[in-house]
Amino acid sequence: MVISSSPSKSDFDSNEEIKSPQLSLAGWSRWIWRQLTSMKTALLLLLLLAVAAVPGSVFPQRSADPNGVTAYFDNNPGLAPILDAVQLFDVYTSAWFSAIYILLFISLIGCVLPRTAVHFKALRSAPVETPRLLSRMPAHLKVTASAKLRATILDSAAKLLKKQGYRVQIQSGADGKPASVSAERGYLRETGNLVFHLSLIGVLVAVGVGGGLSYSGQRVLVEGESFVNNLAGFDSFSPGTFFSEDKLVPFSVSLDKFEVDFDLQNQSNLGTPLDFRAFVTSRVVGETDARTAVIRVNEPLELPGSKLYLTGNGYAPQLTIRDTEGNITYQGATPFLPQSAKYTSLGVIKVPDAKKQFGLIAFFYPTVAELETGALTSLYPAPYDPLLTMNVYVGDLGIDGGAPKNVYALDTSKMKQVAGGKSGVKGLKLEVGQTVKLPGDLGTVTFDGLKRFASLDVSYNPGGLWVLVFSLLALAGVTTSLLVPRRRVWVKLNESGFELAALARGDDPTLDRVVASLASELKPSTSKTESKA
Amino acid sequence: MTSIALNPELAGISRLLIQAAMLVYTAAFLTFAFHLSKLASVEKKVRSSASKLERVGIILLAIAAVIHGAGVILRGISASRVPWANMYEFSITGSFVVVTIFLLALTIKDIRLIATFVAGFNLLILGTADTVFWVNVKSLMPALQSYWLVIHVLVAVLATAFFNIGAALAIAYIFKTAKWVEKSKLKMVATFRRILALFPAPEKMERLAYRFNIIGFILWSFTLIAGAIWAERAWHRYWGWDTKEVWTFIIWTIYAGYLHANATRGWTGKRSAWLALVGFVAILFNFTIVNLFFKGLHVYSGLK
Repeated sequence: MVISSSPSKSDFDSNEEIKSPQLSLAGWSRWIWRQLTSMKTALLLLLLLAVAAVPGSVFPQRSADPNGVTAYFDNNPGLAPILDAVQLFDVYTSAWFSAIYILLFISLIGCVLPRTAVHFKALRSAPVETPRLLSRMPAHLKVTASAKLRATILDSAAKLLKKQGYRVQIQSGADGKPASVSAERGYLRETGNLVFHLSLIGVLVAVGVGGGLSYSGQRVLVEGESFVNNLAGFDSFSPGTFFSEDKLVPFSVSLDKFEVDFDLQNQSNLGTPLDFRAFVTSRVVGETDARTAVIRVNEPLELPGSKLYLTGNGYAPQLTIRDTEGNITYQGATPFLPQSAKYTSLGVIKVPDAKKQFGLIAFFYPTVAELETGALTSLYPAPYDPLLTMNVYVGDLGIDGGAPKNVYALDTSKMKQVAGGKSGVKGLKLEVGQTVKLPGDLGTVTFDGLKRFASLDVSYNPGGLWVLVFSLLALAGVTTSLLVPRRRVWVKLNESGFELAALARGDDPTLDRVVASLASELKPSTSKTESKA
Repeated sequence: MTSIALNPELAGISRLLIQAAMLVYTAAFLTFAFHLSKLASVEKKVRSSASKLERVGIILLAIAAVIHGAGVILRGISASRVPWANMYEFSITGSFVVVTIFLLALTIKDIRLIATFVAGFNLLILGTADTVFWVNVKSLMPALQSYWLVIHVLVAVLATAFFNIGAALAIAYIFKTAKWVEKSKLKMVATFRRILALFPAPEKMERLAYRFNIIGFILWSFTLIAGAIWAERAWHRYWGWDTKEVWTFIIWTIYAGYLHANATRGWTGKRSAWLALVGFVAILFNFTIVNLFFKGLHVYSGLK
């Protein structure tokens, strides 16, 4: 049986390998296993993982920034499909990134399990046999002592070291009489190291299982509106692999009021949001009593089976659109998406029920001002002087096909602009309470009032707590393994007195001090001149 | 109705103090540099007169640190919160922590020889902070209004400071063991070689760097966990591969590699020193480029 300890590629390709595939396969896989679990491989995989994580911060990721990915496709139609093919928009779930961390964890398991066994044995075995030549140890001291002191020195050394947390054994010499003390401490160092690595496996499993069981749903609510916690109740929903709809506890949430405080006092801070407050009422279906609560950015609301977070807010102007005969074709408060810190907001209104379909692209300025160029802007985010401007498009809204459409975007490819821009007709401008005529025979639009909306997120991830537990265990483990010193100390009788020595695993600058202080405790008159024989 | 009292006048005084500290740092830096050049002199008389200069340098550095610290505290008072909510504040607080740790470490370990580096580095950071990152006092955006700001960012600052000193020692190590420095016949390099000869032995510097970096690693691990706990409250998920989270992870992984390198034959010494340096470059990259140019949730530079 020929098992090469480090077969080269040619070994693998040679005829002999083909003749005895079973044995070489075993040898080969054993070699791979040994390589994979070596420290050097772990190190290279770690560095590879660091490098592989970089592109995820350069290219927009579907998980963190789906709109960024869409925009990237629009701006780089040639390059984007190529990047997508190598999963650069899904780096952290990509085959190559997964391959690296899976290999890393296999390497980790292969390294840690045998070490755990070894350590478990070491924990129950006695300290090592005292070396014959203590003078070879990195810290060493010879002390002269009287016969009287020599008679008790081993016992008192053992007692002292035990008190300092050492595992101690008095060992006999060739003549069977006690000759030396062998002591060892710092088993916690390796324990910490193993706990750290095993906890990382725990983190990985908790992340995976928790992610599979998790879900999150997003819903935009205008003041006065409510939603029910089921799939139809969300604007968007991302379930984990093991999600099923019956996991959703049926509760309803209504947004009663939304408040924002903007800074009006400090000149340098004018208009900066100080606080967002969503006043909500929640009710579990089947129970009669409702609960009111305030949700803030850092203060989610605990609901049965999930948490409710505040993730965004903005204005929702209330509009009524009537046709020329006075029939209402559109009415309601429409959320406008904020485009700037001063809450200049963009909204889209689609009117499919009019005789001729039309749509509006509208801008809302909470405190309007005109720039020198004639363009409008918002000076302050609170509605002190609100103004709504609109461009009007007629034609096919593209929503009759039944395919879901983004409510915040208007596809104008099959439409004609009839007001605003280059249409020749001025865009519409409305203050609160005003009614203006729409171009052609589209009717009128009224700006009835202003409401606010809140973006809410219902999230559930049972893995979070376990990730935290294992992370903290890992932190405790790595701290212990990096800071607890592991060392062996020996005290041995000789003809003129006794000698002491110490050995550390890794770097330990206190080793000489340990030996010196032990010596002076055993024989208080020990002088410095005796050190380092 | 929430309201907040900001004090821009006090912030102005704070800025003056920071600028004054920069002046004293400059003086300290020049003194240390002069001291090193004297030490590197071939004449014995010049060399023996150097230690007084070093003492002057340390005193100047301590004075700079006191003024610097007063500037940091006033900045906090002027904003009525912790002074590390944007890049300017992170820079002034972070560099203050660096100099404090350095001065404290001086009482335990003899690391005087990297004083030039510390003074120069702080000067550079404060200069950048004052000219590029400066913003007037602002209130905290609602997402930052949490006690986790105190814990998460303070520990991140501390970790960065430890890594910083570790990196300084790694640079010294790399130069000291570089073949071209050892062999070159250029006069300038020869002077440089004499300066390097004053540094502790390479093995000693390697061990020292390791000690600073392991503390940095423990603190950085904590930063990462604290950040995840906070993100779970503020952003409804504990981890979402936000650009800043990505770079925190990358830095953690590089330093984990560094720790493994120190236990791997063939990777100790020069290679591990390079890893420590790469780790610190990643930290600087994370703080500057990622903050200013990458899209993500951690947009707190306060700059437009």
